[in-house]
Amino acid sequence: MGYLDLTRRDVLKIGGYASVAAFLAACSRAGGGTSSSTSSGPGTASVGSNQSDTSATGGPRKGMADVTAAYQQATGDTLKVNTVDHGTFQDQISSYLQGTPEDTFTWFSGHRMRFFAAQGLATPVDDVWNKVKGNFTGAFAEAVKGDDGHVYGIPVDYYPWAVFYRKSVFQQHNYQIPTNWDDFKALCMQMKKDGLVPIAIADKDGWPAQGTFDILNLRLNGYDFHVNLLNGKQKWTDSKVTNVFKKWAEITPFYNDGAAGMKWQEGADLLIQKKAGMTVIGLFISQQFQASDVSDLDFFPFPAMGTQYDAEKALDAPIDVMMMSKRSPTLSADMAAAKRYLEFWAKGSTQVLMYHSAPGFIPAASDADASSFDALTKKAVQIVSQAKRITQYFDRDSRPDYAGPNGMQQFLLNFLANPSANPSNLQNTMQQFWDSLPPEK
Amino acid sequence: MADPTTTPAAPVQAETGTGAVAAVRRRRRYSLLTRHDKLILTLMVGIPLALDLILIWAPAVASVGISFTNWSGIGPITSDNFVGVRNYQVLFGSYIFFRPALAHNLIWLAFLTIIATPFGMFLAVLLDREMRGTRIYQSIFFLPVVLALVVVGFIWELQYAPQEGFINNALGLTRGGHIIDWLGNPRINLYAALVAASWRHVGYIMVLYLAGLKSVDPTLREAAAIDGANQRQTFFRVVFPVMAPINVIIVVVTIIESLRAFDIAYIINRGKNGLELLSTLITNNSISEASLVGFGSAIAVVLLVISLVPIILYLSRVMRNMTA
Repeated sequence: MGYLDLTRRDVLKIGGYASVAAFLAACSRAGGGTSSSTSSGPGTASVGSNQSDTSATGGPRKGMADVTAAYQQATGDTLKVNTVDHGTFQDQISSYLQGTPEDTFTWFSGHRMRFFAAQGLATPVDDVWNKVKGNFTGAFAEAVKGDDGHVYGIPVDYYPWAVFYRKSVFQQHNYQIPTNWDDFKALCMQMKKDGLVPIAIADKDGWPAQGTFDILNLRLNGYDFHVNLLNGKQKWTDSKVTNVFKKWAEITPFYNDGAAGMKWQEGADLLIQKKAGMTVIGLFISQQFQASDVSDLDFFPFPAMGTQYDAEKALDAPIDVMMMSKRSPTLSADMAAAKRYLEFWAKGSTQVLMYHSAPGFIPAASDADASSFDALTKKAVQIVSQAKRITQYFDRDSRPDYAGPNGMQQFLLNFLANPSANPSNLQNTMQQFWDSLPPEK
Repeated sequence: MADPTTTPAAPVQAETGTGAVAAVRRRRRYSLLTRHDKLILTLMVGIPLALDLILIWAPAVASVGISFTNWSGIGPITSDNFVGVRNYQVLFGSYIFFRPALAHNLIWLAFLTIIATPFGMFLAVLLDREMRGTRIYQSIFFLPVVLALVVVGFIWELQYAPQEGFINNALGLTRGGHIIDWLGNPRINLYAALVAASWRHVGYIMVLYLAGLKSVDPTLREAAAIDGANQRQTFFRVVFPVMAPINVIIVVVTIIESLRAFDIAYIINRGKNGLELLSTLITNNSISEASLVGFGSAIAVVLLVISLVPIILYLSRVMRNMTA
């Protein structure tokens, strides 16, 4: 019995599956878009963009819109831009690239690029690179290579980390730029006497403090140790790491209160309002300044620590790239246009167009017209070119499950909450946590 | 077999069923429902059931399965991915963020149960007394409930910000240089987040309870008044017991709100530095760039098991009432 019941249920089931399938198909169509381009004439391409921020100068969002217009005009192609909030884009990158991504997408070089390349979620762009590589220096060529030696990204911009200050504040108090650790601390002492917060720091988001860790580790222990440490080839319990925390603890008394509850913008505001004398951050801090005020912003490289590694002049200078996805449903049809789009990004003129809206990010192409750069950018270009070693930033150089909020971000917050404590407990925790992570494939 | 029947199942029945047993069975099949009714019923039960299975049970069971793997969320799961109970060993053994997260969820539950929920009920009882402007008060207290928790998080973030926030500036702490780091001090930021969560929770409970109070038969209160009961006695001995069904709902709502606590902590600092919750650990491990989907699923399974306790208690209570 129940034969008919069964068929009825079957019908229902089939109906259910059919509607789910239709639903999924509808979704993917909505996500993918349709196109029918040939390899010659104008085509369509799409880009997933994390350039969602706006600022007084227009911000990356406006820059992206300008570049899109210029690209469409130059090539006759149609470009579809899908802009997602910067942080959200980052959080969802893994599922995004596995689902129905756009043909091309904005991303970061370093471990974060190599990881997705190794997972087969990015398309190598060696042919585009071979056309444009003359427009980039060797450091960029290294930074866009995957583990397999293929090229996976086109460098779009970069920005160095340094010690930022206001010229007017330094002039007013007659401060000199410190070049070594003792001068740096003496300057902090003087600023404190003058009623300033010597060094502004805002670490609620967890990543800003990683910049100070990077530069101290680079100066004290050198590039090789730093890279090996971030890749698990050195131990967090090493006495060299202890030394980093001990040196760091010498300047933590010069930090502002409430650092663990402030966003980087609030830390920048302390500098803008002339309440703080200096801050260790990336060039993007210039976005936070009013256009009329930004000429007062200046920076100097982190002071020398008196080790043999000072000569490396190493610094964090993260590179942003434009990549090509693998699973985009439209990619095979759009391939020619998508490559044209990447090629377009490799031009200095494109990158300068972006720079006008987002001056915290320096064009990476060699033929970018440097005469349109402001003094700050020119200086930034200079210190990066002088650096013998360049790192990408902690959370771009290390594995993401270690660098994240329930990991390194927390460890540094623990350190900042009690900098004078013996770091060995913290170091043990850091190593133990590293060891608990599954092996990386 | 004797009575020819008009039900559509008849021909099938005639072929398969012979003898007395079939006859008895077939007689049972007579029902008040027509074929049309049955179809409608099947659809009405079947569609929600299918959705329930596809959207809730399948992912839940899949999570349990994935929790025994080291799957990164990329590519297929192969037999190489299975790591047995390793995720659980790490979780209960060495994962330093698990115990704080569990403790914070329990504190969240205790705070809502002991402070926020009773306060919401208290407001409801006050507003039920037809005082002047009761509707204005109701609107004010209910307003936060209309806001998404994410928005509540943003609003309170602005209040709590150490240097630029309203609270520290209003208290004059920024001038004195002794600011309170509401969001960054791991000893207090959980309670700061709880105040934000309660701001919304109180209004929610108030509305639920107020609706319940309005439905209490007024003659009960009159009878209590005639018997000489004072306000307090009337509430605790008469109204409160009559409100039993609403009380259960409120308990369930409070527990659910505590277990699913996520938005505010995540908005503030992604659930770290004193704001770890089971839900933020799941997100940070499995949905973010970390790509530890297997490990994140193990935490999700723990949360599922914890959630089952109040659900089972609630259901067993409801079912006992139904059978009684």
